[in-house]
Amino acid sequence: MAELAELLVRSTGGPVLVQDAGRPGHAAIGVGSSGAADLASYGLGNRLVGNAPGAAALEVVLGGLEVEATGTVWACVTGAPAPLLVAGRREPPGAVVALRAGQRLRLGMPATGLRSYLAVRGGIDVPALLGSRSRDTLADLGPAPVAAGDVLRVGRERDGEMVVDAVPPQSYDARPVLRVVRGPRADWVADPAALVARTWRVGADSDRVGLRLDGDPLAVVPDRGQLPSEGALRGAIQVPPDGRPVVFGPDHPVTGGYPVVGVVVAADTDRLAQLRPGEELGFRWA
Amino acid sequence: MRLLPYGDRALLVELADTAAAVSAAGALRADPALADLLADVVPGARTVLLVARPGVALDRLRAILPGQKHLIGAGNGAFDPGLPQREVTIPVVYDGPDLADVARLTGLGEDEVVAAHTGNAWQVGFGGFAPGFAYLVGGDPRLHVPRRDQPRTTVPAGSVGLAGEFSGIYPRASPGGWQLIGRTALVLWDVDRDPPALLTAGTTVRFEAADG
Repeated sequence: MAELAELLVRSTGGPVLVQDAGRPGHAAIGVGSSGAADLASYGLGNRLVGNAPGAAALEVVLGGLEVEATGTVWACVTGAPAPLLVAGRREPPGAVVALRAGQRLRLGMPATGLRSYLAVRGGIDVPALLGSRSRDTLADLGPAPVAAGDVLRVGRERDGEMVVDAVPPQSYDARPVLRVVRGPRADWVADPAALVARTWRVGADSDRVGLRLDGDPLAVVPDRGQLPSEGALRGAIQVPPDGRPVVFGPDHPVTGGYPVVGVVVAADTDRLAQLRPGEELGFRWA
Repeated sequence: MRLLPYGDRALLVELADTAAAVSAAGALRADPALADLLADVVPGARTVLLVARPGVALDRLRAILPGQKHLIGAGNGAFDPGLPQREVTIPVVYDGPDLADVARLTGLGEDEVVAAHTGNAWQVGFGGFAPGFAYLVGGDPRLHVPRRDQPRTTVPAGSVGLAGEFSGIYPRASPGGWQLIGRTALVLWDVDRDPPALLTAGTTVRFEAADG
């Protein structure tokens, strides 16, 4: 069997993180799930290169990543449609491409969306922690952010043949309307319906912990006192006293002390991961 | 017990008090009927968040939960984590910067604060602040104190604090608003250890005064 290849990281643009399906089940010791922010795009990439579910990929914010292979590496990019340059040749995002020894793959700036996933056949082989190779940015757990000069080993987490050459690239519509279910503490805001009636804008201070939403703030019912800390979840919409909602992302705190007034349905949390700061969104009741 | 909606993947079980939430979380985690249905059980101060595995309909949880006797019976004030008991003794040097404030707030002498903190066994209630941080519950009720008005920008690892009804130990240096009464040299979180957390669900914690 041939030596397994490596990826040499030549340059990065936005943050590049190793992510997989996450590490659920450890809330009791203060460890959250983390994992790919857009699970559907991450999973699609693994399927395209014939990986086992849960193999680790690179989550790339707004392109800019360039890697060089030391041997043959099969790869594909899903999620935000970053234009690809493979050994100097343009390839459409969503295509399964072969990188030969010494060849480079570069992700350009996607026209829409925020996070692209670079899946490689065999997965990214970095040490796992509590069963996962995900970087949890809030807890400072898991593999360190990927930086220029890093050498990433390609693993052996193959699970079948590659049967599809390419999928149509994703594109993301403006002002998506996401489905939301009333949260356990909806009665802590004066008018829960305002959540779905208003247009929100993604704040510049948004990250994998949460999307902070700008807009006409929600009126919090006065004198409710403090809510004792309770469990949090990806997609939960927490409203702090300033009335500016926070939609939790994959690296949310395990427990939180502000009322959750709505929860984005699981299937729509992937779209949250593709919203750029400044973009607008709405909600509707599921 | 009350079941509250929490999106399409989770249910929030609300209980009478922290003791009930801790025992319910332990029992739910250990329940073989639920093991295949749940991705995580997240205890809180008054609640337990039950997160369904992908593909598991919440109606299946709703159908099972009301029949679980550990939920119906929960709330009798006793800590019964429903897990094998594990006990950890934590030596603490009681020289924290807020020890005098805690004495003033509680009306106890500093030595009485130490006696109260070491006198009762505590129990791991829930996590959440950082990996390895455990909200410890069940201690001496005289030690209930508010958080500091001004949180510290850096609290050293190993600091032992009080806030509300809880005690806790900072697993690593971080900002924090708890009243610091002492410090321990034990390592609360070590990724090269299995499990990495010293204080796991159901663990009983005893503090003992140590010399600095």
